Amino acid sequence: MGHQTPLFDEHVAAGARMVDFGGWDMPLQYGSQIAEHNAVRMASGMFDVSHMTVVDVSGAAAADYLRRVVANDVARLTKPGKALYGCLLNESGGIIDDLIVYFCDTDRYRLVVNAATRDKDLAWLAAAAGDDVTLLERADLAMVAVQGPDARALVGRVLGHADELKRIGRFGFAEFGDAFVARTGYTGEDGFEVILPGADAIDLWRGLAAAGVAPCGLGARDSLRLEAGLCLYGSDMDETTSPYESNLAWTVDVSDAERRFIGRDALGSADSPDRVLTGLVLPAGGVLRGGQSVLTNTGEGTITSGSFSPTLRVSVALARLPAGSTQAEVVIRNKQLPVQIVKPPFVRAGKATFAQT
Amino acid sequence: MSNVPGDLRYTKDHEWVRIEDDGSLVVGITDHAQEALGDLVFVEVPELDQTVAVGDGLAVVESVKAASDVYAPFAGTVTGVNEALADQPELINSEPYEEGWIARLQPDNRDDIDSLMDANAYDQYLIELEDG
Repeated sequence: MGHQTPLFDEHVAAGARMVDFGGWDMPLQYGSQIAEHNAVRMASGMFDVSHMTVVDVSGAAAADYLRRVVANDVARLTKPGKALYGCLLNESGGIIDDLIVYFCDTDRYRLVVNAATRDKDLAWLAAAAGDDVTLLERADLAMVAVQGPDARALVGRVLGHADELKRIGRFGFAEFGDAFVARTGYTGEDGFEVILPGADAIDLWRGLAAAGVAPCGLGARDSLRLEAGLCLYGSDMDETTSPYESNLAWTVDVSDAERRFIGRDALGSADSPDRVLTGLVLPAGGVLRGGQSVLTNTGEGTITSGSFSPTLRVSVALARLPAGSTQAEVVIRNKQLPVQIVKPPFVRAGKATFAQT
Repeated sequence: MSNVPGDLRYTKDHEWVRIEDDGSLVVGITDHAQEALGDLVFVEVPELDQTVAVGDGLAVVESVKAASDVYAPFAGTVTGVNEALADQPELINSEPYEEGWIARLQPDNRDDIDSLMDANAYDQYLIELEDG
């Protein structure tokens, strides 16, 4: 048996199918994965993401430290209450993990990193930290992502602080005692991620369920993030791929020539990676899956993650292809099927971002 | 508990077989199978007149989670396929034993299906799987 979040009993009582995910017993789905997906796109859904690792960074040198270990530049966070997405890189420019950095105060930041990479992330962060920075893992905290067009209003109704919550901008956050409410997520929809003590998470979960928010599992979380073109660590990127090869050039900030962040020297030019991560759409004939081969006019590539898009009713995938690919076929069950190459995201505001052929 | 109709035959791979009045056999996947797969999103049905041996791939069902082979429970020739699945693969989820059928075959040897499980045996098999 794996680790259990404070919401484990809620999932079991709701009839969830539980699966092992990075050593945690997590809900894959409660009923239909497609129905859960659609609830988030059209109304609201909630995810238990308490397995994710929360680390508080404090000390007078916290900002300098984060400017060294994160490829994005936390100096862009000009005032507390703002967050940014970025990557931890190794010396070779490969991605150790992706994370969100929340700027709480001049000497205090909060990081949220992946669960499956917890051990190596904590070791890496600790090794890079000097005596003037304190790292504290917050295993005592749970995390609930509430996502969808109705999500923010419903969180305000259940959690309170409705007026303050309305003032939180995109990638902003606010703290209410032990409750940390951030306007971030992993679905491509608006919504909040709420970090709070486990006992409070149970009350929030029950309150949201009573307000009509659909409990959603990891299955829907994956198809939602894929439609939104968001990379999954371990599938679409890892230590052998750079941000430039992972459609994440926008998260690498090289504007300050003086900033020596780890991995910077090894990164090539952002303009010319040999391989690029892009999107594929299969109009008919099957479902794109991670590991399938892609044959293009400039060479061979691989699908890094794929699934069926409930919103578009066709299969979509992220794939790492040789640069300059304009035509592609995917090999499924020994058949070559033509696929459309599109720039992710596939879905924005519930609609296709491209002309479907 | 999953639904196991009494008048069908079953395989360990969770296919079901229905004996038709004209001697043909209809094949689909069981309620247990569709439940385990999750939402079906694509079905690759066989070609008409395709001949299959026992254990050959007869169809492929793909859910949101994974692709899964449907094996021929007996040797025979495909005489019909469920065209409705092209647009509505979810019929396998909602009606696995009726509108969600996959293919109709003329068996080479009718007696082949005697080796398949009846409903009681399949029920027992499912219980063993759950306990296993």
